Amino acid sequence: MTMLDQASPSAELPLLEVKDLAQRYTLPRESMFKPAGQVHALNGVTAQVMAGRSLGVVGESGSGKSTFARLVMALEQPSSGSVSLMGRDLHRMPADELRRARRDFQMVFQDPYGSLDPRQTVARIVAEPLTALGRMDRASLRQRVAGVLRQVGLRDADMDKFPHEFSGGQRQRIAIARALITQPKLIVADEPVSALDVSVQAQVLNLLQDLQDQFGLSYILISHDLAVVDYLCDEIAVMYLGRIVEQGSPEDLFAHCAHPYTRALLEAVPRARAGGVRRRRGAQSIASQSTGATGCAYASRCPLADQHCRDTAPALRSVGPAHRAACHHAEAVMALPQVAAEG
Amino acid sequence: MSVSANAPLIEVRDLGVHLNTSRGPALAVRGVSFALKRGETLGLVGESGCGKSVTALALMGLLPDSAVISGSIRLEGSELVGLSDANYCKLRGNRISMIFQEPMTALNPMHTIGRQVAEPLRRHTNCSAGEARKEAIALLDRVGLPDAAKRVDAYPHQFSGGQRQRVTIAMALACQPDVLIADEPTTALDVTIQGQILDLIADFVAERGMSMILISHDLGVIAENVQRMMVMYGGTVVENGATDAVFTRMGHPYTQGLFRARPRLGARKGTRLKTIAGTVPELADLPSGCTFADRCAIVEDRCRVALPIPVDVGAGHGVRCLRTDVSMAEAVGVLGA
Repeated sequence: MTMLDQASPSAELPLLEVKDLAQRYTLPRESMFKPAGQVHALNGVTAQVMAGRSLGVVGESGSGKSTFARLVMALEQPSSGSVSLMGRDLHRMPADELRRARRDFQMVFQDPYGSLDPRQTVARIVAEPLTALGRMDRASLRQRVAGVLRQVGLRDADMDKFPHEFSGGQRQRIAIARALITQPKLIVADEPVSALDVSVQAQVLNLLQDLQDQFGLSYILISHDLAVVDYLCDEIAVMYLGRIVEQGSPEDLFAHCAHPYTRALLEAVPRARAGGVRRRRGAQSIASQSTGATGCAYASRCPLADQHCRDTAPALRSVGPAHRAACHHAEAVMALPQVAAEG
Repeated sequence: MSVSANAPLIEVRDLGVHLNTSRGPALAVRGVSFALKRGETLGLVGESGCGKSVTALALMGLLPDSAVISGSIRLEGSELVGLSDANYCKLRGNRISMIFQEPMTALNPMHTIGRQVAEPLRRHTNCSAGEARKEAIALLDRVGLPDAAKRVDAYPHQFSGGQRQRVTIAMALACQPDVLIADEPTTALDVTIQGQILDLIADFVAERGMSMILISHDLGVIAENVQRMMVMYGGTVVENGATDAVFTRMGHPYTQGLFRARPRLGARKGTRLKTIAGTVPELADLPSGCTFADRCAIVEDRCRVALPIPVDVGAGHGVRCLRTDVSMAEAVGVLGA
């Protein structure tokens, strides 16, 4: 480490830096004589997360948002690109070092029923990330577990219970406690509230917000629900077929979105209010990820697409301060009347 | 069928369902009543365990044998409660159909989609295998499956989630049912696909004059898709009325709580979500009196004595709450702002 590195305050460096990340999966062979097809699950994604800030990732199924989460968590090796946490490339680390580095980034999964081992007590489940890092004596381990359980609004007495004794919302609190116990700097949450009831969802979202205020955590929140991401995140990336098509603050994105896909997503959210007239939507087909077609991936669904869009893929470009979009017609989209906010 | 156009197509009166759960006997549904005419739509909203799916299964005659059903369900005047299995089979898929939440599990992975869509036709009508197949292709085409004629022999795993849900809709609509029950038909789908599927269902309701019961936990889906709605909690209907009336003047503390708890798009930053304290009660140990009493902010002793009787707070707008004077003073859900 050079003197320069030590001198620069860590607040200036991004906590997480994702550069040009791509992931290809090989499809099963359909013919003996043709090469197997490939799916471009992630196609050159670049993003940064500053300490204490949150990035929301939205998109439909198949947009690559979960692949992005798995690569950030270093659960698989990317085809190309890099993921650096505090300046260290996670995918070029020796296994042993990566194991120790995992203390700084943890994950919360979607399904609180599937992500907790039904045969283990809460104490064992929550302590697992710590025991994986190295031996600890039982008394101090239990003390740490009791501490995080209190932070997520559970009681010490819950330690020796099993997951089935808890409701969905409480289970998600256990999963959050498990992620918190190593005092991570980054938590990747993949659809953390989509399996929960509305009234419980609000409790968990408030908890995530409180924990961020208290510990200065950063979140990468993956969700299909725009309102959830809007509530919790400082920056939002909209993904479509493995690419970020628009990126910016929630205010920018929702007040004047610059990509037709973002607009389609916003318009599709049903509004809970009186006089909610059905808005008809034109038929849209999902393009395939495996086609190596040129041009904008969204062109086949886009109402604004012209020949230029079908020929040349638009690059992500700046359309405002800290607001970027990958669309040739971004200015035209931004000039459209604002999508009505929810009541 | 010489029933006048004004008579209800389906009429449910004081429906009650006792279930045997692992935690003991439970009153899963209590005192549910509604009537639907041809072409009318009704929404059921509530969280898991509120009894909305049990109500739907009771209408379909699909509850387990151990369930005890009380009250009455009438389809064009004929009673369905206590109907024999064989007779119910003649109705199911024919006059009453259901679309399920998970298109993946609702379809049989071992049969082609063509066969599954043709099955109700083969069962309920006299058409031959060839005619049924032709009709299945027409149906699949109608629900917007691309290349229906070519893909009729494909298996469910070869389709995306949205396409699979289109197949289950084709199955449910094969025999032109009078009543369509859609149980969370879009919960497993993306928001853009959700719009298309709801459009498709709305088209069929308008085209064929069906009655639809739409079950959802999403207030937005309910607001945009049904004429009337019922909010369920702990097995009882806590609020019912015209959708616009309910969203304009929410009467029950639970409806208000649900409405406030949702994160909304474009809400001001830094505002905390208003949660409902506590969790949904187990059906096996519901509180006596008002089912919402344990979580209600304005609960009084008298709320815990007996289940409140619905009071009318507007034309056809009923609220099962003793304290509507207090709860409605706050004007939650009022348009504007």
